[in-house]
Amino acid sequence: MKQFTSIIAILCLLVSCKEQGDYNKMAEKKVPKVVDYNFDVRPILSDKCFSCHGPDVKKRFKGLRLDTQEGAYKALKEDPSAHGIVPKKPMESEVYLRIVTKDTTQLMPPKSSNLQLSDYEKKIIKKWIEQGAAYDTHWAFKKVEKPDLPTLETSEWVANEIDYFIAEKLAENDLMPNPKADKERLLKRVAFDITGLPPTIAMQERFLRDTSKNAFEKIVDELLASKHYGEKMAATWMDVARYADSHGFQDDQLRTQWPWRDWVIHAFNENYSYQKFVTYQLAGDMLDKDNVEALLASGFNRNHKINQEGGIIREETRIENVTDRTNTFGKAFLGMTFECAKCHDHKYDPISQKEYFQTFAFFDRVPFRENNEYAAAKLFAEPPKILITDSLVTKTLPFINKTPNVKVESMVMKDIPNIRKTHILNRGAYDAKGEVVESATPSAIMPFDTLQYKPNRLGLTQWLFDENNPLTSRVYVNRIWQELFGKGIVNTSGDFGMQGELPSHAALLNWLSADFMEHDWDIKYLIKKMVMSATYQQSSVITQEHLSVDPDNNLLARASRNRFTTEMVRDHALATSGLLNKDIGGRSVRVYQPDGLWEASTAGRGHLTEYIQDKGELLYKRGLYIFVKRTSMPPVQMVYDGTSREQCEVRRLSTSTPLQALINLNDPTILEAARVLSEKMTEEKGTISEKIAKAFRTILCRKIKPEEKELLVNYYQEQQEYFNAHPQEASEFINVGEHPLSKNTQSVKVATLMQVIHTLYNMEETIVKS
Amino acid sequence: MEKEQFEHRLNINRRHFLSKAALGMGGVALGSLLMPDLLKRKQQVSDELPLGLTHFAPKAKRIIFLMQNGAPSQLETFDYKPKLEQMFGQDLPESIRGGQRLTGMTANQKNFPLVGSHFKFNRYGQNGTYVSELLPHIASITDDLCIVKSMHTEAINHDPALTFLQTGSQVGSRPSMGSWLSYGLGSENKNLPSFCVLLSKGRGNGQGVYSKLWSNGFLDSTHQGVQLSASEDPILYLNNPKGMDRTNRRKMLDHLSELNHMNYKEFGDPEIHAKIQQYELAYRMQTAVPEVTDISKEPESIKELYGSDCTIPGTYAANCLLARKLSESGVRFVQLYHQGWDQHNNLVGGIKGQSKDVDQASAALITDLKQRGLLDETLVIWGGEFGRTNYCQGKLTPKNYGRDHHPRCFSMFMAGGGIKAGTVYGKTDELGYNVIENPVHIHDLHATIMYLMGLDHEKLTYKHLGRRFRLTDVAGHVVKDIIA
Repeated sequence: MKQFTSIIAILCLLVSCKEQGDYNKMAEKKVPKVVDYNFDVRPILSDKCFSCHGPDVKKRFKGLRLDTQEGAYKALKEDPSAHGIVPKKPMESEVYLRIVTKDTTQLMPPKSSNLQLSDYEKKIIKKWIEQGAAYDTHWAFKKVEKPDLPTLETSEWVANEIDYFIAEKLAENDLMPNPKADKERLLKRVAFDITGLPPTIAMQERFLRDTSKNAFEKIVDELLASKHYGEKMAATWMDVARYADSHGFQDDQLRTQWPWRDWVIHAFNENYSYQKFVTYQLAGDMLDKDNVEALLASGFNRNHKINQEGGIIREETRIENVTDRTNTFGKAFLGMTFECAKCHDHKYDPISQKEYFQTFAFFDRVPFRENNEYAAAKLFAEPPKILITDSLVTKTLPFINKTPNVKVESMVMKDIPNIRKTHILNRGAYDAKGEVVESATPSAIMPFDTLQYKPNRLGLTQWLFDENNPLTSRVYVNRIWQELFGKGIVNTSGDFGMQGELPSHAALLNWLSADFMEHDWDIKYLIKKMVMSATYQQSSVITQEHLSVDPDNNLLARASRNRFTTEMVRDHALATSGLLNKDIGGRSVRVYQPDGLWEASTAGRGHLTEYIQDKGELLYKRGLYIFVKRTSMPPVQMVYDGTSREQCEVRRLSTSTPLQALINLNDPTILEAARVLSEKMTEEKGTISEKIAKAFRTILCRKIKPEEKELLVNYYQEQQEYFNAHPQEASEFINVGEHPLSKNTQSVKVATLMQVIHTLYNMEETIVKS
Repeated sequence: MEKEQFEHRLNINRRHFLSKAALGMGGVALGSLLMPDLLKRKQQVSDELPLGLTHFAPKAKRIIFLMQNGAPSQLETFDYKPKLEQMFGQDLPESIRGGQRLTGMTANQKNFPLVGSHFKFNRYGQNGTYVSELLPHIASITDDLCIVKSMHTEAINHDPALTFLQTGSQVGSRPSMGSWLSYGLGSENKNLPSFCVLLSKGRGNGQGVYSKLWSNGFLDSTHQGVQLSASEDPILYLNNPKGMDRTNRRKMLDHLSELNHMNYKEFGDPEIHAKIQQYELAYRMQTAVPEVTDISKEPESIKELYGSDCTIPGTYAANCLLARKLSESGVRFVQLYHQGWDQHNNLVGGIKGQSKDVDQASAALITDLKQRGLLDETLVIWGGEFGRTNYCQGKLTPKNYGRDHHPRCFSMFMAGGGIKAGTVYGKTDELGYNVIENPVHIHDLHATIMYLMGLDHEKLTYKHLGRRFRLTDVAGHVVKDIIA
């Protein structure tokens, strides 16, 4: 009841406050002395004005365009004596007059738009006009220039260049960085960030004892050299590449695209430059004819869903596939929402519908099934494809983890230059063909110079990696930052356009992006640079000051406490219990999953109607390898914020829900890990207190504190009494999972310690990088 | 301006609560459980109102959507076309077809012979509404229904059409209707999910269902539809493992909570408290969910009402009964999917069995809600993703035929929750090919559903990747004529 009251109290407070209209008395953001178009003005115009007075020519009201200087300064169509904006004269600028007018019929934005300007926003517009109403290129479309490092009063805290930029902003906001994280927490954090796996006790011990100055650097190098690094990096890339083991749609048939995933792991482990990594994936089929590896990598563009429904209209399906490739290209590599320009000119960003289809044209030369027989045949791989034989693996593609004598086909790309013409599709409809267009890219990002680049995907890739391309490096650097720090410098990592959030540290992003290019797009170098910063190595303790000044941790006066990804939750349990199958690559595996999920949702056709769980060692492979059936996603991934693989995704959410608690409490994967670790510990020598301490250190990756040990030892004794009195329950409790019980298992002892260990697996800290 | 201030105030309160975290998180936890986005750091909501408050007085509080997967033929159920019987075997005039595209299944057919319903239609209710003999129970409650005969959609194949009906987009990455309502209105019961999903299969030609249909899309995963299954675990991983009883689980949670509190002292992260609360909620769900899903205690009269199948878990009848129980307990949106309506051929036999599976229980649900006084505040919707062609697919014989997909017109019905009972809305031409009066697009249906729930479909938005998304995309009109 008390709880209800407090909620009602908030609502009442809010409502009454709304009625009294006393907002103006509340603290407001200060209008800066010098207003910056990109950072202060454009976000307002973009969000509140551009959808009617922006780039989309068809939806432009009264011909007034506010996203360009020419458009805004021009005489109004209806009243040539008036101007949208008169620099330095807000009271003569219609734009200003119309946002402050009391006349509701004149007010902008109009009431029907459901949009409003705050007082602060009106003040910004006014000041900007007073200061000359200067326009500027959108920050993300400006060429990357490496800025000088900021000058600091003291450089005591800084470990590398990154910290200069962070320290500067902290000082501006009167914040101090947190002290360095303790070594154990730091080791856990960096191990998960680089390999996705926990540090072993031996590694913890080694790092704690190593007092040399470069102890941390040694660890970082060791982790980057681990084969598990490639797996960790690949896990995120699967979201970007919308990887799945089924085609999606109605019948959702099996596809065998996993050799492509093996390549991704290989490429990361070999530390291919980002340029090579992307070139192989976008245009691997257009490189040297003998380069089968690159051909395999080009499967990136075939990972989209494929409709094999009987009633499909071929051209509609084909267009959908090309659309997916185009949108993925925009989001994954340029951080732009291309899809908004398919049906009309982009409403916010300078991408016209024509430019959309010019980009589309790059991906439109792929041969498509000639009739629906392919659909009927339900192929695991639709052409173009390659057959991966044993000899191909031995001679050329040794990183593919294939069972001998089993033939596997994977989909790849192929172009037939004159196969068809690309048209603008009116309203984006597949059958509404308009003007024919040639391959090109949105010129506001960077014009596509046909003298320099061939009009094909290889040329497109060269355009992407031109040092003048403003987005490629920024977008990737930002995503790596997001993986390590929890969110990007640009929080909207999939939208660097006008409606995206502004970078929290624009200069830092520029510096890192320039540095990344200077170092030949070296991904391991980039990661090392980030984790070696003092910023990364701070403790994650949150103070009251943090909560009041910077609750979202935009300024990074502390490390963020980021929750594990769904893969990490699984891999942590498997690794700490010793169950983990460290075999790298291979076909996707069907691990424990509640009965009946596939069966309940299937239409009853094809190879994936029944969930046939794998056996033995395959049950213990990393989360990366879990079989992804698009229409029935693995439930743990759904609940732990995995992506749906319907389309390219560049960011995962991190939520906290009761269904996640139920998984950690009752999923046999976690329970089995607890049981197996308990068995192992039970068989080892030592006191209960020592065993608990060791289990704790294994799972939490730090030494147990006395009060924790006291609590857990008491809990152990209590549970021992319980299971002694309930031996039947003890043997039931430990009978979980397919890993065989040891012959001489003493069920009461194992169950008791298992209970304690299972509690450890459920601690909040366990699945957090703190 | 108001919005900023409003959010500012919201933030102040959030922080105020968080700062009192150590004293007990009850208030915040409850608030965030019922209205998960209310206390989020970033408010990405309507420009007008905070979440949890409606835009106008709601007529309905909860929804039960009886999705008939595969698309039931309107011509054998609600849209009576005697003219088709007269024109048996004659080719569909091109003037009627008007260049409408065809699916890959009938595109190569040489002709398109018209075929009427094999099943008789009779008149029911005060207005003498035509309903097919296939659906006697539904026919008997005609006076409670509003039958819309002028539904139309954009997609022509199952997956995109179903995805469109569920999410307002054919693409498959947007939040489902239930997720939107959970986001906009929150939950009424802190121990149950606000959006539940129930699956069943008929005997007809099956078309799969997919988890993306109840996906939260870009919304927080607290708004994800939770699939309830007929197995021992009605919600995945709900039950404690063998050998672990509830008392012992409680002890574990107490120790766990203490350990987490120790960690909170060190780190001061409010998320630690949120986690503790999620465990407590999970614990409460362990008893709350089985209580709701247990139909063994329902009286015989109720079981008779829904039909004997309702005691067999996983059947459509059982799911209808379960839907009532969930809805009654405050679940905002209960989504049923019943497969088997895809009668491309052998329609006569197929639709007969399929109708028998759903007729009694669908009607029973409405009757049951009514007798409990819940129908007024519960909106029940029944229908498929598109309609079926008025011409035959495959071989036409006097006794049997098939029908292909048809997006241009189909029928749905609604009951309760502010809907005008005993009405028929919209009209198709005499051959049942095109809508000729009061068309209702899927976006209009969504707009109307949201209106009934007290929400303005243009105002419940979520800003994602630079755009304010809504369930109705950029279209949709509330069909005021069908609102009581």
